[in-house]
Amino acid sequence: MKNPLLTAVVVSIAAASLPAQGADKVKIGFISTLSGPSAALGVDIRDAFMLAVKLNGGKLGGLPAEVLIGDDQFKPEVGRQLAEKDVKLDKVDFLTGFVFSNIMLASVPVAFENKIIYISPNAAPSPLAGKQCNPYFFAASWPNDAYHEAAGQHATTKGYRSVYMLAPNYQAGKDSLEGFKRFYKGSIAGEVYTQLGQLDYSAELAQVRAAKPEAVYIFLPGGMGINFIKQFVGAGLSKDIQLITPGFSSDQDIIRAVGDPMLGTFDAAHWALDLDNAANKKFVAAFESEYKRLPTVYASQGYDTALLIDSAVREVKGKIENTEGVRKALKAAKFQSVRGAFKFNRNQYPIQNYYLRVVGRDSQGRLVNKTIGTIFKDRGDAYVQDCPMK
Amino acid sequence: MSWVLIVEQSLNGLQFGLMLFLLAAGLTLVFGVMDMINLAHGSLYMLGAFLAAALVQATGSFALGVLLAIPATAAIGMLLEMSVLRTLYARDHLSQVLATFALILIFNEAVRIVWGSDMPLAMPAALSGPVELLPGMFYPAYRLLIIGVGAAVAALLYLLVARTKIGMRVRAGASNREMALAMGVDIRRLFTLLFGVGAGLCAVAGALLGPLLAVQVGMGENILILAFVVIVIGGIGSIRGALVGAVLVGLVDTIGRAFLPLLFGLFFQPRVASAAGPAIASVLAYLLMVAVLVFRPRGLFPARG
Repeated sequence: MKNPLLTAVVVSIAAASLPAQGADKVKIGFISTLSGPSAALGVDIRDAFMLAVKLNGGKLGGLPAEVLIGDDQFKPEVGRQLAEKDVKLDKVDFLTGFVFSNIMLASVPVAFENKIIYISPNAAPSPLAGKQCNPYFFAASWPNDAYHEAAGQHATTKGYRSVYMLAPNYQAGKDSLEGFKRFYKGSIAGEVYTQLGQLDYSAELAQVRAAKPEAVYIFLPGGMGINFIKQFVGAGLSKDIQLITPGFSSDQDIIRAVGDPMLGTFDAAHWALDLDNAANKKFVAAFESEYKRLPTVYASQGYDTALLIDSAVREVKGKIENTEGVRKALKAAKFQSVRGAFKFNRNQYPIQNYYLRVVGRDSQGRLVNKTIGTIFKDRGDAYVQDCPMK
Repeated sequence: MSWVLIVEQSLNGLQFGLMLFLLAAGLTLVFGVMDMINLAHGSLYMLGAFLAAALVQATGSFALGVLLAIPATAAIGMLLEMSVLRTLYARDHLSQVLATFALILIFNEAVRIVWGSDMPLAMPAALSGPVELLPGMFYPAYRLLIIGVGAAVAALLYLLVARTKIGMRVRAGASNREMALAMGVDIRRLFTLLFGVGAGLCAVAGALLGPLLAVQVGMGENILILAFVVIVIGGIGSIRGALVGAVLVGLVDTIGRAFLPLLFGLFFQPRVASAAGPAIASVLAYLLMVAVLVFRPRGLFPARG
């Protein structure tokens, strides 16, 4: 060549204009409830998700991961705005993060319309498990009813003759009490739906006292549960009435806020700190060393969501533009979950075990949930038969 | 339907009503004496709660934190009055609404910047258990404290307004501002002081309700609406009206919330009863307001005439 500099310039321009081999990074839109009385849930999911990315060297499936974090402030309209921005403006490859079913249901349609996959680290309502199942929706957590079915089964096994039930008046609340009633065969002393976000339960607690049930079952996540349990104990009701909760209402965030009155509370969940598998041991140790607190079940789900995305991106060898390929890879779920074995049902909801836990003290004297038995093995959900997906 | 349930719900209503009174008292005086609609009153309530939460964290003592929050909020209230609100007295009510609504938005974001969207505020451990009022009748100790403090503040306000010179000037300003001015009352100082007292009352309510509800941005808006309903029922400018109105609204709201879902449960499914009950219960307060206005268009105890 006569002019080496010109050659170099021409070659580098030619090289720069070659099409990229697959994407050069994976963009995740992460929107969750990071403020308000129930922020602890979103913060745990986010922290665990980012921990998984960090332990993977800042990558998911071999591609550098860029996570755009947004706070829905517990408001559906804010969640929807952020989802639209992530999907349309920032062109994320995956959307994830929502804690609450109502905010999620308002926000994910924009993802479905644009063929962006949403992987839920928490909310997984029954309509999306059954008739309205959607190929772009994956639940990395559990079906909304699951913990409640397990708790109802436990209440039946323990022989409580009457149970008074409370849940907030939104999709997940309705799912929760339906799930409990599906497996609880005793008598219902009361079925009350409170306002979502309600923090003063004086009126409801007076009714509970008047109804004199043997047990009270509550689904009140986050700040709602903290206030209810404190007021339940404050009203003197905990002496005569057993409190049963799903794992949500007795996990580390509630334990931290309520303290010793939680000792002896029974709850049902798909995961616990003491589950004996290598992935879980690594997760709990890493989370505690990074954030100086014990992880909740929400954190375990956030971590699993990141591992799931990692496995799918790895399966398609970085070609995440191939949405159908990514979907198949997600459905295969080839990763080591902190809950043990993980597999998806044909409606893209998990099939897994549910354990009975009790709040006790660990070897360091801290209040934790200890696994004391298995309630269900390999349970799916009650809605899969209505889902047309294969 | 046991008597225990009725007594307990009545106490709940009384507790809520007395806290509403603390807000309504400041609001009615500002509206009555200064003829100013102050929507930012709810923001002072929020500010009082956040200051209490921050001071409790700083001092480690619930009582100290709450007590210190009161003059702090009063000072901020007086600063607000001297700087911004003074310009609004001469203007019409619509301008006042617009300006104070802007203040709500400004306060919300300012609090979010300084402290974040929410702060924890826990009740003192000694009060977190129940008290046996009568054999078989338990009631949370903390709520009894609220009722006690509310009643004490009501008594103090009564003494202040009915038995002191300042109170006399306030009553004069409420009945006839122009005449009071003509009689030599120093209106400017009186207004600032009045505003400070109103802000202090808001702080008491905010700090006491903080452990029961949540200390979070936007907590003032809901209770502000009810406070306005209370002062319309009670009569603008009248503290006695604010007390009676607040207790009435508190009882109607709580008893409605408690018993309407039961009533609806007889006819409808639990989900419907649980949604309709609280919705209709909140309407009851407004229905009460309409009913009062039909018979007493100026409220139960109007200050003028």
